[in-house]
Amino acid sequence: MSDNLIQEQIKQDYAYGFVTDVESVRAPKGLNKEVIQFISKQKKEPQWLLEWRLKAFERLQSMTEPNWQKPQYPKIDYQALYYYSAPKGFKEGPKSLDEIDPEIKKTYEKLGIPLNEQKRLAGVAVDAVFDSVSVATTFKKKLEDIGIIFCSISEAVQKHPDLVKKYLGSVIPLTDHYFATLNSAVFTDGSFVYIPEGVRCPMELSTYFRINASNTGQFERTLIIADKGSYVSYLEGCTAPMRDENQLHAANVELVALDDAEIKYSTVQNWYPGDKEGKGGIYNFVTKRGICKGKNSKISWTQVETGSAITWKYPSCILQGDNSSGEFYSIAITNNYQKADTGTKMIHLGKNTKSRIISKGISAGHADNTYRGLVSIHSKASNAKNYTQCDSLLVGNLCGAHTVPYIDNKNSTSTTEHEATTSKISEEQLFYCKQRGLNQEEAVSLIVNGFCKEVLQQLPMEFAVEAQKLVSISLEGSVG
Amino acid sequence: MLSIEKLNVSVGDKKILEDFNLKIGKGEVHAIMGPNGSGKSTLSYVLAGKDGYEVDGKIMFKNENIVELPADERAQKGIFLAFQYPIEIPGVFMNNFLKTSLNAVKKAKGQKEVDVVEFLSLVKQHAKKLGIKDEQLGRALNVGFSGGEKKRNEVLQMSLLEPDLAILDETDSGLDIDALKVVADGVNALRSPNRSFLIITHYQRLLDYIKPDFVHVMVNGSIVKTGCSKLAQELDKIGYKEFQKAI
Repeated sequence: MSDNLIQEQIKQDYAYGFVTDVESVRAPKGLNKEVIQFISKQKKEPQWLLEWRLKAFERLQSMTEPNWQKPQYPKIDYQALYYYSAPKGFKEGPKSLDEIDPEIKKTYEKLGIPLNEQKRLAGVAVDAVFDSVSVATTFKKKLEDIGIIFCSISEAVQKHPDLVKKYLGSVIPLTDHYFATLNSAVFTDGSFVYIPEGVRCPMELSTYFRINASNTGQFERTLIIADKGSYVSYLEGCTAPMRDENQLHAANVELVALDDAEIKYSTVQNWYPGDKEGKGGIYNFVTKRGICKGKNSKISWTQVETGSAITWKYPSCILQGDNSSGEFYSIAITNNYQKADTGTKMIHLGKNTKSRIISKGISAGHADNTYRGLVSIHSKASNAKNYTQCDSLLVGNLCGAHTVPYIDNKNSTSTTEHEATTSKISEEQLFYCKQRGLNQEEAVSLIVNGFCKEVLQQLPMEFAVEAQKLVSISLEGSVG
Repeated sequence: MLSIEKLNVSVGDKKILEDFNLKIGKGEVHAIMGPNGSGKSTLSYVLAGKDGYEVDGKIMFKNENIVELPADERAQKGIFLAFQYPIEIPGVFMNNFLKTSLNAVKKAKGQKEVDVVEFLSLVKQHAKKLGIKDEQLGRALNVGFSGGEKKRNEVLQMSLLEPDLAILDETDSGLDIDALKVVADGVNALRSPNRSFLIITHYQRLLDYIKPDFVHVMVNGSIVKTGCSKLAQELDKIGYKEFQKAI
């Protein structure tokens, strides 16, 4: 096969690898106080937020990157990155759909996310984040009518400063760890959701993240607050162009559920994974944490992680309210030279708190996949219950799967259960499928989708089919 | 339909089939009987295109040498193997598996694929004849199925896929008399002038229900005797020892 053909083959595998040709306005290269001031000024932020950012930046100076994870990566030169990139002519603040650059509109259409409300799935509202800025939010008006706030975090800072001030950094403190603190210093955009007391959000809220500019880090910040007795289901999707460089996406996502509230947060992550030799791809180093602050509250994380060169994240739940519950459903697929170190932390503080962890790791090619999780039951968490199930599936002989569960139980009335399996797609299974007329790839896809079923079922219906397809595509060419 | 010429099969240094020859005409039912380790199951795997064997010789199927073709293409051309030990696939529901399989074969044949509604009515119709309950169709493929349920499932797949050549590898093993009858009825219903069968078995029992046109005795990787269905009854009395001695 000639080089060109190989290139084409690789490109086919990742359908979202194109670059949108828009001129962009960037912050000066590098990480320093001036750049942070630049970002804050671009966003017309109040003084308190600038000070908050600078405090994080100062703190960062005395911190080092964590280094206990399984996937290793070359040192990141933080001074060689751009921390803000917005399409030229972009105005911060709310705007109508007509004001969006047609090139960007086209980009989202190509990604299957038309921003035109008439064309959208009726039950889904979208916030579109392009590099460092939110370019559009659909169905805002309809949601406003019932008191739901769904906008970019930048807009929320302007229009709802009290809510932002109250909750920003309340789940992930400024000082949490290197990447979280870095995010607090330089975060650019993400979504803000507030569901008022007693309101059940009538549609899926979603954010679509797109990295376009090169040499640019994306520092997403998302904050979701579900007030007493409310419910919301939120979904995020992510893609990026194919580039030889590794790009950093370091997000902070904070969820707050008050009494009797429920937040369902789903991720379909399909950042560019790098090529078949492991060149390029996104470093997806993300901090996601939710707090079940009120009694009977519930937070459920579902993630389908198929992209990124390295995925390193532990969407977690702090179960503070009595009778609150946390769930984590995960599918992590690594192929070629991709690496993942992912799992969750369930921190049981309140009485009768419950958590459930279902993790499905699939490893193919030369990839390496680690489940790492913590179940921590504090002394006051009487009758806490945890159930953990970690299954790993290996495709081929060159990949790896690891399970690293930590259980820290300080209350004798609580129960924790942990089940783990590792299996391999057997030659016998493949032969059986092929004998029934399926080709190798169809057979692998069928077996893997069966393996993931429990988690796929957790996704909102509108996205389950897409996710299923994504699972198949991610493993194309993984065997034979 | 099928013509096997000078087929030699080995794994590593071990020869399993040696200069094996067999011709099966359109609409014929052939039975191969033989003791354990005579190479019967290997023959069925090699015909279906399983990897892991060194294969030399010709397998002519509908006038085409398929010896180099992968298993899925052979299946699409109309070869079906009912497994001795059907494989379990957790999480993959039987309905979904059967539909995917049926449409893969239809697509390869250039036929219109069936949608969910058409499929469900089709599969239920076939399942009913074999005494398979609808509930079983919604379970993970072969997972937790009894021996009888697994074998009926094989026959169900065969009747859905409508192959030109069906190979039954010890379909009778692990079946009680009632299940055996149901399975045999299912096979007999599929007999037609355009469909050929190769039935591999230890015992004559199955052949009481499915009457073969030819019976072959296979010992040490070759056919040592061929006869009509009476041969099976003889074998039942005298066993394989006579034939093993001859070699």
